[in-house]
Amino acid sequence: MKLLTCPVNGPRNITEFQYLGPVRAASAEQPEQLIEALFYAENPLGVMREWWRHTPSNTVFIAERHTVSDQIAATYLPNRKPA
Amino acid sequence: MPFSLLKYGLRARHVAFRDIPLTPELKRSYDVVIIGGGGHGLAAAYYLSNVHGIRNIAVLEKGYLAGGNTARNTTTIRSNYMTEESIRFYKEGVEIFETMSQDLGFNVMFSQRGQLTLAHSEATLRSFHLRAEMGKHMGTRIEVVDVQTVKELCPHLNLDLGGQHEVMGGLWHADGGTARHDAVAWGYAKHASERGVQIHQRTEVTGFERAGDRVTHIKTNRGTIAAGQVLQAVGGLNGQVAAMAGIQLPIRCFPLQAMVTQPLKPFLHILVSSANLHTYLVQSSRGEVVIGGGSDPYQLASTRSTLDQKEHLAEGALHLFPFLHKVKLLRQWAGITDMTPDYSPIMGASPLQNYWLDCGWGTWGFKATPVAGKRMAETIATGRVPDVLKPFDLRRFDSFALLNEMGATAASH
Repeated sequence: MKLLTCPVNGPRNITEFQYLGPVRAASAEQPEQLIEALFYAENPLGVMREWWRHTPSNTVFIAERHTVSDQIAATYLPNRKPA
Repeated sequence: MPFSLLKYGLRARHVAFRDIPLTPELKRSYDVVIIGGGGHGLAAAYYLSNVHGIRNIAVLEKGYLAGGNTARNTTTIRSNYMTEESIRFYKEGVEIFETMSQDLGFNVMFSQRGQLTLAHSEATLRSFHLRAEMGKHMGTRIEVVDVQTVKELCPHLNLDLGGQHEVMGGLWHADGGTARHDAVAWGYAKHASERGVQIHQRTEVTGFERAGDRVTHIKTNRGTIAAGQVLQAVGGLNGQVAAMAGIQLPIRCFPLQAMVTQPLKPFLHILVSSANLHTYLVQSSRGEVVIGGGSDPYQLASTRSTLDQKEHLAEGALHLFPFLHKVKLLRQWAGITDMTPDYSPIMGASPLQNYWLDCGWGTWGFKATPVAGKRMAETIATGRVPDVLKPFDLRRFDSFALLNEMGATAASH
């Protein structure tokens, strides 16, 4: 069982969470970035910032996770990144 | 062939031979450099050297020959896709498999036993009708079948009548089959190296030197080489290698997991797949039941299996064949799939003049090994993208000309 720490509810089984994809640099609201925002998602080998949702409590938050080792470095609510 | 075999058998002294030569020294320059020594790259090397007469070719493989996704796929060969463009392409691939063992003089154990995809809802049946009509229109053998026919095709299947996953019919694709993935790669590698293609194992590309919109040199861990044309076919690392050449690809990586059971007596004579259960099964010629279909739910570039996905696959398999409940698993693994937004591959030109792409093969690449190799070789040899490949161009994303094959992809996403 892999654990993910919800910023509100603490460590929970990862099956309680929904993956919402990488935090995107490109915005679909900027016409010149539309193609990139729709099709060219972040796909690094390394630490990636991504959106997750704790489904029972509907808590949407950000996780920093390494895409090769699958280690989760930090989780926090949006705009509340710890120093 | 039988006569030469007899002669060989009667000969007093047998000379040992290797199908695939040891890795030679790198030359300074090659007409064509193929990055990626998997099925696709080796097939392209075969067609370039045997059909188009280009022999100064290097195949660069980071690990060992055909040890990536060529060794990790579940060997399904089929052409039951949704769009005209895809069916035309994959049908050509199936046809090459039909004569491959004779063409290569190498037994790839192609077994055209047919593939059955199960429908557990009216909505799935409706999409099957669409796929069946498209397939018939394109000349493939495909039809929607009722429960009675499903029972005849696969007598041991749990139809779950009245249950949550009741089988309501199926999509029967008689052209579907399997082949031995290693043999496909080895057969191509053997005939390519006989024509002078150099296969460099343990040779990792570390960077590119560019002049304008051309790649001039490729840097590897064993030295730098000059390249006339470059083909990239590196499976799970396509995004990273393309980025080294300055090309962005619309690819996200997810591991796809699979496993095999201990060998059983033959009971499953077709390929069975259920999109609802995200599971597909095929019995190999050794009797092992190959179970596949589970993609991890989040982006990852690791080939470690996870218990969650393995449990999920076992659950699907047990639902379809409850009597497998005491069967032991022999092996389990995962491969990194390079998923595109529309579940179709990216083949053809790149933004660079002499750099060609054969990537975005996600969970559906093995069946296209021969046809992708053949058509990419034609592209490189003539400098022109053939019509059958044009719909798969990287620029389709800029013009929203997507080829949506999400529904026709057996694995779960």
